[in-house]
Amino acid sequence: MSTIVSSGNKGKGVRSDCFVSVEITQNGGVEIILESKVNVMFGNAIKRLTNEILAFFEISNAKITIEDTGALPFVMAARIEAAIKQLVKTEKDFLLPFLPQNNYHTAKDRNRFSRLYLPGNNPSLMINAGIHKPNGIILDLEDAVACDKKYEASFLVRNALRNLDFYGAERMVRINQVPKGLNDLYFIIPHNVNLVLIPKCESADQIHKVNSRIDEIKTKHNITGNVWLMPIVESASGVIKSYQIATSAKNIVAMAIGLEDYTSDLGTKRTSEGIESLFARSQVVNACRAAEIQPIDSVYSDVADMEGLKKNVLQSKALGFDGMGCIHPRQIKVIHENFTPTPDEIEKAKKIVIAFDEATDRGLGVVSLGTKMIDPPIVKRAVRTIEIAVKTGKLNENWKEKQNAC
Amino acid sequence: MPVNFVKNALQRLVPVKVNGVTQVPYRGVGKYKPTGRKYAPKIASCADFPADGNKTVPTLKDALIRAGLSDGMVISTHHHFRNGDLVSIQIFDIAHELGIKNLVWVPSASFECQAVLIKYLEDGTIHHIEGSMNGSLGRFTSQGKMKGTGILRSHGGRYQAIQDGEIKIDIAVIAAPTADAFGNATGDRGPAACGLLGFALADSQYAGKVIVVTDNLVPFPCIPWQIQGNNVDYVVVVAQVGIPEKIVSGTTEITKSPDRLLLAELTSRFCDEAGIIYDGFSFQAGAGGTALSIGIYFAGILRERGMKARWARGGSNKYLVKMLEDGLVEYILDGQTFDLDGVRSMRENNGHVNTSPFTSYNYHGKGNFASMVDVVILGATEVDVNFNANVVTHSDGTLLHGIGGWQNCIFSKCTILPVPLFRDRIPVIRNEVTTICGPGELIDVIVTERGIAINPLRTDLIEKMKNSKLPIKTIQQLKDEAESICGIPEKPKFTGKPVAIVKWVDGTVIDTIWQLAE
Repeated sequence: MSTIVSSGNKGKGVRSDCFVSVEITQNGGVEIILESKVNVMFGNAIKRLTNEILAFFEISNAKITIEDTGALPFVMAARIEAAIKQLVKTEKDFLLPFLPQNNYHTAKDRNRFSRLYLPGNNPSLMINAGIHKPNGIILDLEDAVACDKKYEASFLVRNALRNLDFYGAERMVRINQVPKGLNDLYFIIPHNVNLVLIPKCESADQIHKVNSRIDEIKTKHNITGNVWLMPIVESASGVIKSYQIATSAKNIVAMAIGLEDYTSDLGTKRTSEGIESLFARSQVVNACRAAEIQPIDSVYSDVADMEGLKKNVLQSKALGFDGMGCIHPRQIKVIHENFTPTPDEIEKAKKIVIAFDEATDRGLGVVSLGTKMIDPPIVKRAVRTIEIAVKTGKLNENWKEKQNAC
Repeated sequence: MPVNFVKNALQRLVPVKVNGVTQVPYRGVGKYKPTGRKYAPKIASCADFPADGNKTVPTLKDALIRAGLSDGMVISTHHHFRNGDLVSIQIFDIAHELGIKNLVWVPSASFECQAVLIKYLEDGTIHHIEGSMNGSLGRFTSQGKMKGTGILRSHGGRYQAIQDGEIKIDIAVIAAPTADAFGNATGDRGPAACGLLGFALADSQYAGKVIVVTDNLVPFPCIPWQIQGNNVDYVVVVAQVGIPEKIVSGTTEITKSPDRLLLAELTSRFCDEAGIIYDGFSFQAGAGGTALSIGIYFAGILRERGMKARWARGGSNKYLVKMLEDGLVEYILDGQTFDLDGVRSMRENNGHVNTSPFTSYNYHGKGNFASMVDVVILGATEVDVNFNANVVTHSDGTLLHGIGGWQNCIFSKCTILPVPLFRDRIPVIRNEVTTICGPGELIDVIVTERGIAINPLRTDLIEKMKNSKLPIKTIQQLKDEAESICGIPEKPKFTGKPVAIVKWVDGTVIDTIWQLAE
């Protein structure tokens, strides 16, 4: 009696996905039973892809059933491979050609105002994520994936990294908690992930473990580019050790706080005012600034409450955070609008930068604005404000010429 | 008998004769000009009608028998009650009971609630449908199971065809939320209030016999008289004409989908940057979540700048009504009301005007106001690289929708179709559409979440948008992008048998819908 294995999603509300069942048979060749809402347009293409994958894994006798709700090829390939690998032991991976526009690296200090969480086993939410222009897109293998779906999700996330257009967003994956998450790295490091989020991080040791596994994979695949890390501290212990974690490796570019788990660890509840997490948030900001990395705030979970989100963003910014997570594309705009400099801040920064330019032109060592002396850190901050304003379209890049023309 | 076909001006193969009637192939926009006079019904005499004005008869069956219901007749109904219609089905139940065959059903649109009529299409009570074949009726038609060939017309095309005598209606049955015994009728009040009865205007003017069916008989006069009793033969009072909660259209809430909101935002920004939104402009944003959201964006822009629209073309809904009540739009010229706020506003507000396909859409008149609208936002199932668009069939070849007012609306000064680049795995931008419902020369802008394409004929819009930060691309680029994501779809396989034709607004045949091979 042979085993039937499956992978993927079906049922009410499922779109752009497929559910694949595979049974290895003894003879009779390959039998494909296809039930697809795009059968007329893509039935033959689906069968060609299925046959190609079966041949790749050297399977010549199988019964494969595909219930398709319009899955894109990379989704279907992930589903078929995840099913097959439950039956067949193999070192081979079936990979579609890497999308050339996904072949980019990200700078250590790039803007990370928003990072959009996407459940790693839900293709329909992935497909249009990039067009909403978050700074980062996180394919989540951890809490957003049910335990019995983790295995198939790793194939979907791998294929998404290769074949889903991220439209320039930083390509991030949240792995499972270390040590389980170390295995996830095999699915993502060879496929140009820009940044790995390490959840429930409590020690520098966890970071070291992640980095040594990354190095091992990079060596094996001859990869030279950087893979950035963003640990997430989500416990009392993590918060206390946040500085050690933040300074534990050179490729850590940011550290985030996860408030749902943190507040439950404290034995309290998360409130919209956030008094209960004030210490932790300040601690994380402080640790990050000391380590010269970006402090990133938790997500705001009420996706319908844009006013509440705005308040939350302004509070985060005031505490010193550089960005926060989001769980719905509608939150991106609010986060960007409110984390980026206000018109007042831009005006002030412009004056400081101009005063600095004039002082430099005149060879003065001291910058002053009116009767006030301007310290170097303030100039640095003003330059940064201007940079962000230009990058986010709030200020014309030729603002100095315009200023002079007036 | 083999069917003869010719290629029309869009190079689409169309039958020369349909249901025994010779057709004119599509010749181009504004190219076909009919000669002759309008169709006219027989002259009636007051001597044949009761002087006290009481035209009531006991039942619909009585009315149909008195109207002379017999084999091969053309019977018309209307979709004012949408999916809550209770009258159309009764007509054919009665016809079936009387053993009548080969009727032609001319609904102004069909809805899923009428799918039960398939049994009468199967047993020969109904020969074919001229109107729209939605959902199950469309699938039935696509499978080649209808005895005759279906004819799809736009709302304006239906008026034109009745006026020109292409359709000679024998009996029109007008379901009315309120009427008097003389046959005056209105849609803006009564338990099944639906707003207006504009789609029945042509039928009341040109049909051989006109029956008004109501569940709310009021003493003469029924005011307003959207339908004039002077055109009506019989009045029937029934317990219920429509199910109120099914009368309002499905989509009356703005979308929460981030992808559709993005489409709405891109569309509004395009209109704004192209200078389409100005003090005194006019617009039409129909039903559907995306279109409603665009209306909200328009309202925001108008409010912020202290401007107002001179008029908006309805389908009205609570959002458009709010704009009227907030003074952001001076008039709603309404073709149908999509929710109860629309009905209330039409009843109470003099600026909320009921219109008919004659004033808004009829191509064989001395102008119509569809061409005066500054911007109209519509949908499509497919668009090709020449901007030709399809609204009736899906990419798998199945007929599933009617044309509605879509063909008429694309005569506006700027027609914008906000559509997703692909739905699941199905590209919306194609090399060739399955069915052409509207020629590309009338479609100006395609807005997708991944880019906006301006019709090369609109050099003015291209010029205006040349420094825009919006993602302006060519339609070819959009098509390539869709195919790079989805793959290149195969075309559906058809037999050589036409199952329906698509009429253009002037009565010519713009395309053919073919029987599915499987």
